[in-house]
Amino acid sequence: MAEKIATREAYGRALAALADRYPELVCFDADLAGATMSKFFKEAAPERFFDMGIAEANMVGVAAGMSLCGYKPFVNTFAMFAAGRAWEQVRNTVCYPGLNVKVIGSHGGLSVGEDGATHQCIEDFAIMRAIPGMTVLCPCDGNEMRQAVEALVNYEGPAYMRLGRLAVETVTDSIPGYKFEIGKGVTLRDGTDVTIIAVGMNVQMALAAAETLAAEGISARVIDMHTIKPLDRELVLKAAKETGAIVTTEEANILGGLGAAVAELLAEEYPVPVVRHGVNDEFGRSGKAPAVLDAYGVNAAGIVEKVKKALAHKK
Amino acid sequence: MENCKIKQLQLAAAKARLLGVQMVHDAASGHPGGSLSCMDVLTALYNGVMRIDPADPKNPDRDRFVMSKGHCSPAVYPVLALRGFFPVENLKMFRRIDGHMSGHVEMKYNPGVDMSTGSLGQGISVAVGMALAGKQSGKDYRVYAILGDGELAEGQVWEAFMSAAKYKLDNLCACVDVNGLQIDGATKDVMPTEPLDKKFEAFGCHVIKIDGHDFEQINAAYAEAAATKGQPTVILARTVKGKGVSFMENNAGWHGKAPNDEQFAQAKAELEAQIKELEG
Repeated sequence: MAEKIATREAYGRALAALADRYPELVCFDADLAGATMSKFFKEAAPERFFDMGIAEANMVGVAAGMSLCGYKPFVNTFAMFAAGRAWEQVRNTVCYPGLNVKVIGSHGGLSVGEDGATHQCIEDFAIMRAIPGMTVLCPCDGNEMRQAVEALVNYEGPAYMRLGRLAVETVTDSIPGYKFEIGKGVTLRDGTDVTIIAVGMNVQMALAAAETLAAEGISARVIDMHTIKPLDRELVLKAAKETGAIVTTEEANILGGLGAAVAELLAEEYPVPVVRHGVNDEFGRSGKAPAVLDAYGVNAAGIVEKVKKALAHKK
Repeated sequence: MENCKIKQLQLAAAKARLLGVQMVHDAASGHPGGSLSCMDVLTALYNGVMRIDPADPKNPDRDRFVMSKGHCSPAVYPVLALRGFFPVENLKMFRRIDGHMSGHVEMKYNPGVDMSTGSLGQGISVAVGMALAGKQSGKDYRVYAILGDGELAEGQVWEAFMSAAKYKLDNLCACVDVNGLQIDGATKDVMPTEPLDKKFEAFGCHVIKIDGHDFEQINAAYAEAAATKGQPTVILARTVKGKGVSFMENNAGWHGKAPNDEQFAQAKAELEAQIKELEG
């Protein structure tokens, strides 16, 4: 049976496991260590864990200061506060000077569930991507996340990574010897009629959608685009040329995120029908996570619908 | 302290003031008021207080400085230039498209600058991070910062001091340039921040109040800060905005305005007279 683990837990355990090997690694949280899973690092290396209280703006600045003295800080809080509350600190104090700070936004998207709209960050991809020089990641499963964490530790410069709250099935282990690389998307399923480019837990939704479509005689390629910025241009252009239609899917506002990045590239370089699937520019609401996702059509059925729209444009 | 040492500092500050006003005049934009008010404190830091070497600006054991009120680049750049971090010639490139001397303090192209700043309230957090790193690594360097009194309205400043007290950062010394004025007018009218001593004490800081234009008091305050254990120090330096140029003094209008040619001629004459007197 495939592993099922939340990417936040895979992240927390992976970071903790690297503590010994990287003595310059330091970890910050803003009173959410139990939720963001930075608690594992705290247990592994308490002398390198700093709880900054409910003060995200200062946390980002302090991490920037430590990075200037040779440390590798990972800053943890919910996506809403990492990307939202501290956006300008990330922009001016981390990205503008190009500092080696990793901003980790846990509990991204609607799948936060019961806590509701105030905590369901659907804008992080767009607003982090808009900052010059920022790298934006959202791995889809435990296997990919573990590799992404080590890649981030070894990556010099600012980066934002979103983590998910829900346990998700591991799918990237279907590729023998899978190796994560920042900026390189992964084709998880081949197809000829359309390509679904997905990020985060929407990768699993896209694979389910591809199964449904296959039963209807539609061959859908599925790409796991764990890095939204820098976008894997080659892989997107290849998909556009070979399948002639693209659907993007993300647990985020369709404005400004993965869908926008793909549409911008293809509009300029190789125009084919692009249909964006995600949150349709509205706030989320409370409910059990799967129910919230269903209420907004952020599920496999929603992707199937968008694929049919894209195919209709293709004809 | 010896009189000649004080005189040297006064002379260095007067020269830095002239360079700062010249920069703003030449660029036809910039922030002279707050730069002139903190020039004495900054001059003291880079000429005796801080452990630095202009020939080795990236030394990991050096003391660090963060200008949290990053618009006071016409104070930072001249002081660094006079201290030998880069040629005084570079100041001609201030705010120019063909140069790298940005309007707000910039670290990438200006040796000696430890952090790029500009957005108020953020620099002090970075200073806290540098001090925390010093404690973490067991290094004995100290970290200095200058904030504006208007800047204290930014909530992040208080987040920063809470964390500095939590981690007992006695290697951190922040100076508030209390000139009492900001862009829109008097700080007491725009957003009252007093009583500053009580506020900083309540936030766990050791507080020292001084006249920010008296080098004897400035140096004594930094010595007291260095001797203070278990908590960060905040120096409340009472200053005059626009200090050294008669028509700029205590006038909020000179927060972010460049002097025209005629005004600059007068400012230059006044500052040159001060320099001549100190050299005499």
